[in-house]
Amino acid sequence: MSIDLKTIKHISKLSRISVDEKKAEKLAGDLNSIFEFIEKLNELKTDNVEPLTSVAETTLKLRSDEVKSKNLREQVIKNSPKENEDYFVVPKVIE
Amino acid sequence: MLDITKQSLSELVENIKNKKLSSSEATKAFVERSEKSKELNAYITEDYANALNKAKTFDEKPNLDLKLPGIPMAVKDLFCTKDLRTTAGSKILNNFVPTYESTVTQNIWNEGAILMGKLNCDEFAMGSSNETSFFGNVQNPIDKNLVPGGSSGGSSSAVAAQLTPITIGTDTGGSIRQPASFTGTVGLKPTYGSCSRYGIVAFASSLDQAGPMAQNVKDCALLQEVISTYDEKDSTSIDFKRNEYSKELTKDIKGKKIGIPKEYRVDGMPKEIEDLWKKGIEYAKDCGAEIIDISLPHTNYALPTYYIVAPAEASSNLARYDGVKYGFRAEGENLIDMYEKTRSEGFGAEVQRRIMIGTYVLSSGYYDAYYLKAQKVRKLIKNDFDDAYKKVDAILTPSTPSSAFKIGEKTNDPVSMYLNDIFTVPVNLAGLPGISIPAGHDAKGYPLGLQIIGKAFDEQNILNIAYAMEEKINFKNNINDWWIK
Amino acid sequence: MSKNKSEYLINRHDNQYEVVIGLEVHAQVTSASKLFSTSATKFGAEPNTQVSLVDAAFPGMLPVINEYCVKQAIKTGIGLKAKINKRSVFDRKNYFYADLPQGYQISQFKDPIVGEGKVILDMPDGQKEVGIERLHLEQDAGKSIHDLDPKNTFVDLNRSGVALMEIVSKPDLRSPDEVNVYIKKLRSIMRYLGTCDGNMQEGSLRADVNISVRKKGSKEFGTRCEIKNVNSIKFMQMAIEYEANRQVDLIEDGQMIDQETRLFDTKKNETRSMRSKEDAHDYRYFPDPDLLPLEVSDDFIENLKSEIPELPDEKKKRFIEKFKLSPYEANILVSDIETSNYFENVIKKSDVKLATNWIIGELFAALNEKNLEITESPISPGNLSKLINLIKDGTISGKIAKTVFEQMMEGDKDPKKIVEEKGLKQESDPKALEALIDKVIDDNRDKAIEYNSGKVKLFGFFVGQVMKVSGGKANPQLVNEILKKKL
Ligand SMILES: [Mg+2]
Ligand SMILES: [Zn+2]
Repeated sequence: MSIDLKTIKHISKLSRISVDEKKAEKLAGDLNSIFEFIEKLNELKTDNVEPLTSVAETTLKLRSDEVKSKNLREQVIKNSPKENEDYFVVPKVIE
Repeated sequence: MLDITKQSLSELVENIKNKKLSSSEATKAFVERSEKSKELNAYITEDYANALNKAKTFDEKPNLDLKLPGIPMAVKDLFCTKDLRTTAGSKILNNFVPTYESTVTQNIWNEGAILMGKLNCDEFAMGSSNETSFFGNVQNPIDKNLVPGGSSGGSSSAVAAQLTPITIGTDTGGSIRQPASFTGTVGLKPTYGSCSRYGIVAFASSLDQAGPMAQNVKDCALLQEVISTYDEKDSTSIDFKRNEYSKELTKDIKGKKIGIPKEYRVDGMPKEIEDLWKKGIEYAKDCGAEIIDISLPHTNYALPTYYIVAPAEASSNLARYDGVKYGFRAEGENLIDMYEKTRSEGFGAEVQRRIMIGTYVLSSGYYDAYYLKAQKVRKLIKNDFDDAYKKVDAILTPSTPSSAFKIGEKTNDPVSMYLNDIFTVPVNLAGLPGISIPAGHDAKGYPLGLQIIGKAFDEQNILNIAYAMEEKINFKNNINDWWIK
Repeated sequence: MSKNKSEYLINRHDNQYEVVIGLEVHAQVTSASKLFSTSATKFGAEPNTQVSLVDAAFPGMLPVINEYCVKQAIKTGIGLKAKINKRSVFDRKNYFYADLPQGYQISQFKDPIVGEGKVILDMPDGQKEVGIERLHLEQDAGKSIHDLDPKNTFVDLNRSGVALMEIVSKPDLRSPDEVNVYIKKLRSIMRYLGTCDGNMQEGSLRADVNISVRKKGSKEFGTRCEIKNVNSIKFMQMAIEYEANRQVDLIEDGQMIDQETRLFDTKKNETRSMRSKEDAHDYRYFPDPDLLPLEVSDDFIENLKSEIPELPDEKKKRFIEKFKLSPYEANILVSDIETSNYFENVIKKSDVKLATNWIIGELFAALNEKNLEITESPISPGNLSKLINLIKDGTISGKIAKTVFEQMMEGDKDPKKIVEEKGLKQESDPKALEALIDKVIDDNRDKAIEYNSGKVKLFGFFVGQVMKVSGGKANPQLVNEILKKKL
């Protein structure tokens, strides 16, 4: 198992983190040693094991359909990096 | 009266209740000591002036029925605090000021405590040495250039150095227990679902738990009593009968069955750790506990499992930091460029590494081989504990495979850094409560901790065992205030 | 099935192509608050005024599910005769977009809340069954606005987190007409159930359209393209026609069809490849660790079943059997819940046959002309049934009734009053009619003689004259009888 630079580029695209050559090489090295360590799991046969998603052995509780959150526009926009009173602003997207 | 900052939480509460001490006096003492302790770099954000004001307000009309009456404290900077900057140790949240309060911290303020500031931590709680923080590493008060552990490193350092009488941390794979162990303090990771995750910056949702950190077991029990509540705002919060942990605390643990898992004797474990464990077993016996050998056969698979599950969840949890709604933004030519630059400049190397791991193990073609596999092994690990608890009431292990290491010692070797959490991670994977108590020193005089792992929702039992053993161990931390000029 | 008159085929040279269509319909759940947060869902609010900290994905915010939305999804599943899954799981669908604040959409991937079901379409040449693959609950995204600023895109998160039911059909549809009927039928079922208002203008109902083509008779599916987010039936039909022809042209040209996501440009009436294709999507679905599996009990489902009203198919059957309506009439009357309610209210107190004709005929035409919905009808069901009773008991003739009806359309007036005020009551007094008829015969002596000498066609002339002289109010049946005697 070896993670090559092409794979690093692919996952960096998926995770929206830019990597240059140098960073990609460092990441490839780190990830390969981490995955070598992770491969230990292959020693185990797990065909008949139920996957565990949550340790909380209860089920989802349901809330009633009530509107409680008021107009928070000021609060919600306040922390956004671009000044606009009504909207969040991002560089122009062309669809 | 004893130097105020040398007092434990329980002593401070008693003195305030008996009106021997005011909140202002206490707050002033801890603020002053914190100010003199900048070299530890335990704080990211200080809020001293506000704290002193709040203490004054408290003293004007003190409500002495509260559990934490006018007690000053600082908290890990992973808890969102209303109107006070919350960074999660990251550049990407460098300027983020929440308009809301986490449930856990709200519970604390409701009992009368006063916020002094926000404590340093590994970026997004990803680290075991507090070296991944955007705000720099934290010094362990035990020794200069020694890591305080992580990710709750600012918290452990601040409690050990008595900058705050108590604090709260979060523990995803050992982030409370390992730093507690490295600093000679007590740290409890509660049962998953015991403390609400609402308002805590998420790292790995199925593993994250907030918990108390203190100088002794009794203080820890009191704080756990305050922070553990059922919360409708967290769908994974569990509605179970919570004890009044501090009131019900007892040293009577006669007849308790304590399991010793043979798989925790890992290859290359220092003899000092082995010896500490043996000593711990003797202490437990002295307290009247019955020692039983048990097996947790999948222990060795816990870390690899953790390094799939935690990064997978983190890669998704951290997708919201995209420069649009809040936090840092790097300008870009277009939306994608803006995202990529923001996240590349906003996140540190370890966070990026984990996002990449997580993205990879979830990506098409690898999900079954990694993520699904890890979930299955997680089930096996949980089954191990379930089986063990048919025979025993609690499990005793070392907290960490070594004492605190030097700053920079492991930063270039992620795997050796990850191995720090080898004894703590299984507990998170199984959702169980675990407490680390200081139990001795290594040859260098650095503290070492023992971990007591309980059944789910059985915090009271492990607190009791810890309380009983604490007395027998009679640990003294060697802190000489080297950082104070 | 035998030969299908409305079969939709594309002919090129000597080849005939069939179109295979599957729909992913996104139906907004009618709920007051969002799927995982407590902010409002009202349409048309000021931008970003219905956004909670959860919807904007602030650090530490967590989803808590809305029970009502779960119930609405299950009800819809019952309406689609589908399997309800007692255990379902919420997954995260991970991708970055400006109007997706979490960086993932909470949806259901492996274990949806509703499994396989079916919808029956009434096509001109018979019924057709369309399979439902699944229905799952998911969050809507926000809205990106590209035309408010030359350099920037603005984002409004009011829709972010609104509950959607994604209803996925099997690839059973074969023509734009079938798509039309399918969407209308789905909409009708959900409106009967009250689970989605079906308002396409407000975006409460949108669809992703999957299209492929294949040579007629072929059993294999062609490569499909997905046309995203089409928000009107007309556009869906236009998009299908364009896209199917595009694919046929490619095949005829010996080219391959790329499996891709496309956009329907409503201005140019064409589909085109979406730019975001540049990095093939990998959504990295995994169970949302902030949410536990959703489990519902048998009791929970049974309770919901007991709340399910009579649905269009059952209602149609009842109308045909009980009221002896034709399938055509029944179909029209059950097509939406308001119409069927109107009909049933009218026939509470009046003749079914007349009511059916008046509603399908006069009323629909009049509403159509004024561009009104049946709920906005100026004539209440009560007054329409009064009008029908006036016809039935002979108070007014059918012809006069039309005049009264027109008056009623101008404002909801009691037809009895209109008849009284305007003196439109039918003349049914034999004595009065005899006098009238005597006068008409008197005035047209020569025609009467002609009639008696065998020109029986002139009978109609006399009826017309009597009606004319009576101002249309003479009871035509009596006029007939008396005229026969007198002439
Ligand atoms: Mg779709
Ligand atoms: Zn969808």
